[in-house]
Amino acid sequence: MNQPLTNSLRQGPDARGRFGQFGGRYVAETLMPLLLEVEQAYESAKNDAAFMAEWRWLLKDYVGRPSPLWYCSRLTEHLREGAGPGMGAKVYFKREELNHTGAHKINAVLGQILLAKRMGRKRILAETGAGQHGVATATACALFGLQCVVYMGATDVERQAPNVFRMKLMGAEVVPVTSGAGTLKDAMNEALRDWVANVHDTYYCIGTVAGPHPYPQMVRDFQCVVGEETREQILELEGRLPDALVCAVGGGSSAMGLFHPFLDDKDVALWGVEAAGRGMDTPEHAASLNRGRPGVLHGNLTYLLQDRHGQIQEAHSISAGLDYPGIGPEHSWLHETGRATYVGATDTEALEAFQLCSKLEGIIPALESSHGLAQVMKMAPTMREDQTIILNLSGRGDKDIFTVAKHLGVEL
Amino acid sequence: MSQNQADPQQKGRIAARFAQLKQEGRGALMPFLEAYDPDPATSLAILRGMPGAGADLIEVGVPFSDPMADGPTVQLAGQRALKAGGTLAGALAMVRDFRKDDGDTPVILMGYFNPIMSYGVERFAVDAAASGVDGLIVVDVPPEEADVLEPAVAQGLDIIRLVAPTTDDARLPKVLNGGSGFIYYVAIAGITGTRSADAGALVEAIPRLRKFTDLPIAIGFGVRTPQQAAEAAKVADGAVVASALIETLAKSLDENGRARPNTVRLVLDQVRELSHAVRGN
Ligand SMILES: Cc1ncc(COP(=O)(O)O)c(C=O)c1O
Repeated sequence: MNQPLTNSLRQGPDARGRFGQFGGRYVAETLMPLLLEVEQAYESAKNDAAFMAEWRWLLKDYVGRPSPLWYCSRLTEHLREGAGPGMGAKVYFKREELNHTGAHKINAVLGQILLAKRMGRKRILAETGAGQHGVATATACALFGLQCVVYMGATDVERQAPNVFRMKLMGAEVVPVTSGAGTLKDAMNEALRDWVANVHDTYYCIGTVAGPHPYPQMVRDFQCVVGEETREQILELEGRLPDALVCAVGGGSSAMGLFHPFLDDKDVALWGVEAAGRGMDTPEHAASLNRGRPGVLHGNLTYLLQDRHGQIQEAHSISAGLDYPGIGPEHSWLHETGRATYVGATDTEALEAFQLCSKLEGIIPALESSHGLAQVMKMAPTMREDQTIILNLSGRGDKDIFTVAKHLGVEL
Repeated sequence: MSQNQADPQQKGRIAARFAQLKQEGRGALMPFLEAYDPDPATSLAILRGMPGAGADLIEVGVPFSDPMADGPTVQLAGQRALKAGGTLAGALAMVRDFRKDDGDTPVILMGYFNPIMSYGVERFAVDAAASGVDGLIVVDVPPEEADVLEPAVAQGLDIIRLVAPTTDDARLPKVLNGGSGFIYYVAIAGITGTRSADAGALVEAIPRLRKFTDLPIAIGFGVRTPQQAAEAAKVADGAVVASALIETLAKSLDENGRARPNTVRLVLDQVRELSHAVRGN
């Protein structure tokens, strides 16, 4: 890995796990010694060539990396139709949906499971929204013969039934969480509670760049494989860096992984896309950066959807994986420093993008990724045709066909 | 500086109360109630009745939507309280009302950081001190993040530090440094209201802790019965009882979750029983 420069934007977090004021370790004392242990174990693992080699080998032969960078010629042509003369950027997909288990989540899961093994932990916890992180964790646990417990909001258990079945097939126990609105936030609360009660033998495998330090850093580092590959691939294909990178943000792991290796390339615009649900000016969205304010939840200080008394509000999105009232702390920092721009895409826009992508590229994208695509559809026509824009196609849409069919009034 | 450190002549209520109990030769009973559970009037009546029922210090829980360290009993109390309009400002108002006729019983606010941050830490510290709050337990602010509570220290509020079974000797000095009032020993590695502490483990843990601090030590998490409270108050200097009292309150509610006429009495009767056990009579 390249060493970041002294004035680099890639140096965070600091020793307290902060990116600017964001991040940190806001957890109960019971967990604190364990977090310090995870931090130490991670620091030693990432400097251990054998550890990294094992992870790289798993990425190659088990996950199927590197994932291709695909030039979307039909989508590009389509978006040029409505654009002015000489306009319409070339659209590329970074195809994380081709990974084993169908999303980017597996990249960081394998790293964390190797770490858990190194720490002698035999029981693995995960929270999941869309089920992709739960499936990835169940998969890795099956591969290494570890016990796996996945907390999933009861609402999500229902709307992501195929993934629940997959996890069970691989031997995981799926615990439906009924507290709160029964979505990702509540699943994370329960996972943390389980961890506090089982600190001696359990490792909590967090699915995104949130949670207390060192998770935001560690998950980002593992997901950076996405951006590092993208960089090499686009240089080979286009001979220069891209003009814009776009990615949907739930907790923000797929976006951090894509963005981070480009943070110091000032000419590469970074666009994060929040779920705007029924509209950013309705109460039903998940746009923490655009509509929230800084607060503390799940162990870190970050932008949160909250009421004026500091009570956390429920997020809403058609996509279970974006239905989270917070966001990784590094994104809060990138937002405040202006290095990345965060916009929203509504449920309706995501559904349109989902269908367009299926028809034009023969790729059924995850609803999460469809939010990113909706932004690409808005931006590409405003860019010159010699420019390039890359979408992190973070996952495949097989898990979403029931939800989408329901919205289109189709009975399966 | 906490009050007792700043001016030994003018001790804070917490230090004064523990000093008094030491003379009496017994430990403290520290019951917990969630502010606004199930409604503001009932919880204020319970708060007011607690000293008379034998509470030596009182913990007032501030409702939060995402109580990470709490089990189902306290979670549900928080949800009832939020539904009844519970807020941090409301909890402070309750303490102000309580102080109108009780100037001695120490009150400790227990909760999570986000409502405090949202209120504004500086403004909160001033308002809490002015309302008659004596100490703070902010569950998700470990020593590593404790500088965020400096405005509260400046207002003379005691910052109660939590020590857990997972806190080892190497870490203890860091945890104890900056704490005042008393030390809260979390008796189990786990969340509130789920299992009880093992008396043998406490007999080992508390003397270990005493080697590192002169502050009084209270034991909480999993102290449920009068016997457990008496044991904890004996091994340490105080016993915190929360979930067991909340369960009594919850059971007394009608089918719509409203207090019945006997709700306050049932909770206070239980405080009285706990207190008798702690006092050894
Ligand atoms: C395919 C896919 N993309 C994106 C996300 C959002 O998570 P993150 O923002 O951490 O990448 C999820 C979460 O479940 C997902 O499954």
